[in-house]
Amino acid sequence: MSDRKPYAITLDVGSSLANHTGSWRDERAVYVDRMPPCNNACPAGENIQAWLYEAEEGGEGYERAWRKLVEENPLPAVMGRVCYHPCEDACNRGQLDEAVGIHAVERFLGDEAIKQGWGIDLDVEASGKRVLVVGAGPSGLSAAYHLTRAGHAVTIHEAGPMTGGMMRFGIPRYRLPRDVLEAEVQRILDMGVELELNRKVENVAEEMSAGGFDAAFLAVGAHIGRRAYVPAGEAERIIDAVSLLEGLEEGEKPLLGRRVAIYGGGNTAMDVARTARRLGARDAVVVYRRTRERMPAHDFEVEEAEEEGVMMRWLSTVKHFEDGKLLLERMELDESGFPQPTGETDELEADSLVLALGQEADLSLLEGVSGIEVEDGVVQVGPNMMTGHEGIFAGGDMVPAERTVTVGIGHGKKAARHIDAWLRGGSFERPPRPELAGFETLNTWYYSDAPRVHQDRLAAARRTSGFEEVVSGLEEGNALFEARRCLSCGNCFSCDNCYGVCPDNAVIKLGAPGERYEIDYDYCKGCGICVEECPCGAIEMVPEEA
Amino acid sequence: MSNAGDKSQAEAEKRHQRVRFYQVGSNVVGNRLLDPEQRTVQARTDRSNAITSGHRACRGCGEALGARYVLDAAMRASGGKLVAANATGCLEVFSTPFPESSWQLPWIHSVFGNAPAVASGVAAAQRAKGREDVRVIGQGGDGGTVDIGFGCLSGMFERNDDVLYVCYDNEAYMNTGVQRSGATPPAARTANTKPIGEHLGNAFGQGKDVPRIAMAHGIPYVATATVAEQHDLERKVETAMGIRGARYIHVFVPCPLGWGSQSQDTIKLARLVKETGLFPVFEAFDGEVGEVSKIRRPTPVEEYLKLQRRYAHLFGKNGHPEIVERLQAIADRNIREYGLSADDGEEVR
Repeated sequence: MSDRKPYAITLDVGSSLANHTGSWRDERAVYVDRMPPCNNACPAGENIQAWLYEAEEGGEGYERAWRKLVEENPLPAVMGRVCYHPCEDACNRGQLDEAVGIHAVERFLGDEAIKQGWGIDLDVEASGKRVLVVGAGPSGLSAAYHLTRAGHAVTIHEAGPMTGGMMRFGIPRYRLPRDVLEAEVQRILDMGVELELNRKVENVAEEMSAGGFDAAFLAVGAHIGRRAYVPAGEAERIIDAVSLLEGLEEGEKPLLGRRVAIYGGGNTAMDVARTARRLGARDAVVVYRRTRERMPAHDFEVEEAEEEGVMMRWLSTVKHFEDGKLLLERMELDESGFPQPTGETDELEADSLVLALGQEADLSLLEGVSGIEVEDGVVQVGPNMMTGHEGIFAGGDMVPAERTVTVGIGHGKKAARHIDAWLRGGSFERPPRPELAGFETLNTWYYSDAPRVHQDRLAAARRTSGFEEVVSGLEEGNALFEARRCLSCGNCFSCDNCYGVCPDNAVIKLGAPGERYEIDYDYCKGCGICVEECPCGAIEMVPEEA
Repeated sequence: MSNAGDKSQAEAEKRHQRVRFYQVGSNVVGNRLLDPEQRTVQARTDRSNAITSGHRACRGCGEALGARYVLDAAMRASGGKLVAANATGCLEVFSTPFPESSWQLPWIHSVFGNAPAVASGVAAAQRAKGREDVRVIGQGGDGGTVDIGFGCLSGMFERNDDVLYVCYDNEAYMNTGVQRSGATPPAARTANTKPIGEHLGNAFGQGKDVPRIAMAHGIPYVATATVAEQHDLERKVETAMGIRGARYIHVFVPCPLGWGSQSQDTIKLARLVKETGLFPVFEAFDGEVGEVSKIRRPTPVEEYLKLQRRYAHLFGKNGHPEIVERLQAIADRNIREYGLSADDGEEVR
């Protein structure tokens, strides 16, 4: 401006942008990514929130979602059917209306991948290292997949005639159709994993040196049915649950008769009872020594079994089996919840008795291998999944852990990371876990009410007449709806709230959705409105340093 | 006039078509899954930021937010051809300390009491120049609108001057140190309400309900809104901008300094005041109440009051539950009178 200013104006006029109100601040808003409770609970370490985010877009988003998913878990179509989804128990939406049906969306994506023929692209340099995987169950397949993605050459030795392990021999086909299982296993084999069936490993150390393997991952599972001594007449049929399910899978038609008793209270007991009904048994009765509340079987399994006409005898043990009659003794729970005999007995007519009392691992391949430590029938491993023998790792049901498919898949991934690091002469450090995105970090006002879509289930009458899948998948529209119910806990989903609610225009929108936002600290006064109004808790206040 | 109004109103309705999102309702400012046209103006990177950064409003100021929401929406509706006349008050003081200005639109400062008249004059000047495309907004706080500028405002309404007047109501004279205004609610303490004795804070039964007074003038459009619901506020501004003649929007804007609330609770308070029923959110065409914003999560008044120190004397050991009850009665009456409760089974977004 010139020296001649209008009346009363002595300073150059200008924008308030010259006034950096950020200097008022004693706390600053900072964007964070917190750990969503679903991810935190997933035994396979899936980044559930991230794949749901992609799936929410529908259309091409589904493939992106699936690719994000299989970064952690190669078997989503299987997992979406058989996982007991601890993610849904942890889901914050459960405190709002109902948990997001994560498993249903996962299954939809898995089925979509099979339908569309999506494959895994390998873009990694071959390491030149060879890894032996023993067992083609969930854990072995998962390890083989992740090791292949890391550039190692993998060979699987499977003792049985088929892949899948407990996914095939432990889970009946009405819960997991075999074409689904086979499609997902084939996709792993298509990556170049070598598979040898009917190839029982007698001694793993010898096998490794003979085959020139640099490391081994053992995942032989637990296939030997635990026996209980039941005095019985010679004519009585007593079968163990795993052999029954395995035989069925290999085409045998077991003779169970019209009245089948199943001894045990776990998921396997339910599977056998439901299978018996499908094989034509009129009565399938589960005998369990405790109460329903204390049963290890999952609620939905018990519920579906009851729908199919399976009967339960709680608080009972089998004393002996003779002349087509089981003698049961009634039990009562003592103060510590342990069943104690009462001396009172009942009779139950039965043509056969199936023992579903748990399984043990066949560890014969480790006999004579130095450094191996076995405790309570399972192999001890370190935090890196390595056994006491350098270079031999183990996971799945043969190590101490909860025995589920998901845990097995998680072990396979974890072991693969450690094996990869070990083969490269280093060690794998898990990145630090961010703070949990608890329900209290959310502003739930912004989420609309949206009750969950439930999957259809086959009518009970149709179930017992065959092995058709009981639970249906979601239609595309429903899967999209369900994905969009995700609250995106702890991770920005580009809702623009922070950008809209800042009284100082100090939030910069970086562009397209997903590119997120930035705080302009020249003007941020530290009021905290963006933090309070962020629906998903992805911003926090941090004190300014003095 | 009303034909044009109906048409543009229908267009506005269409633009703000109610899209249901389950993850985030249409309650959030934007949503990556929504068509950009259906997001708010505040979600746009090309919003005008009519009031820009560097202003001296307190931390968490509701009025700075309200002014940006209203003016950005009006700028968009008028294609950027907008003039604002601004009464003296916080909004003027914090935005325009000589020689700086935060305004990014033609802006004229009036004295405390005559912003509506100045706005009328600007509108008359545009008419004289044949510039019907240039639109005029008058704006001020509750002091400048409800009390000091009230005569000018009533005249502007009565003449049906082509001005949208917006009152940013923070329920007291904040700029001068939190003195009671005609918009201060009962029981709220201010610098000049009774500090000791039986009945602390503002008296019951006083004050003015200016949206109703505006409706009584029979002007084409009157609306109330809060800074908590941008979709609703922007739709109302857009509706108002589609109508010619005198229009009035009364925007509820929390004041952390004057109310003794936490700076981060500004939007939350604006949300709660509507959810309790203490501040009915509605619009009225030609003096008749039209759409009313229903309560989504019915909330007792305590939840709103407890977040503010101006009501602190009502709570605690020496609290006054009987006064809280009287405030609840006001909310209940609003709920009855305006029909703020959702019907059984009706979904409120």
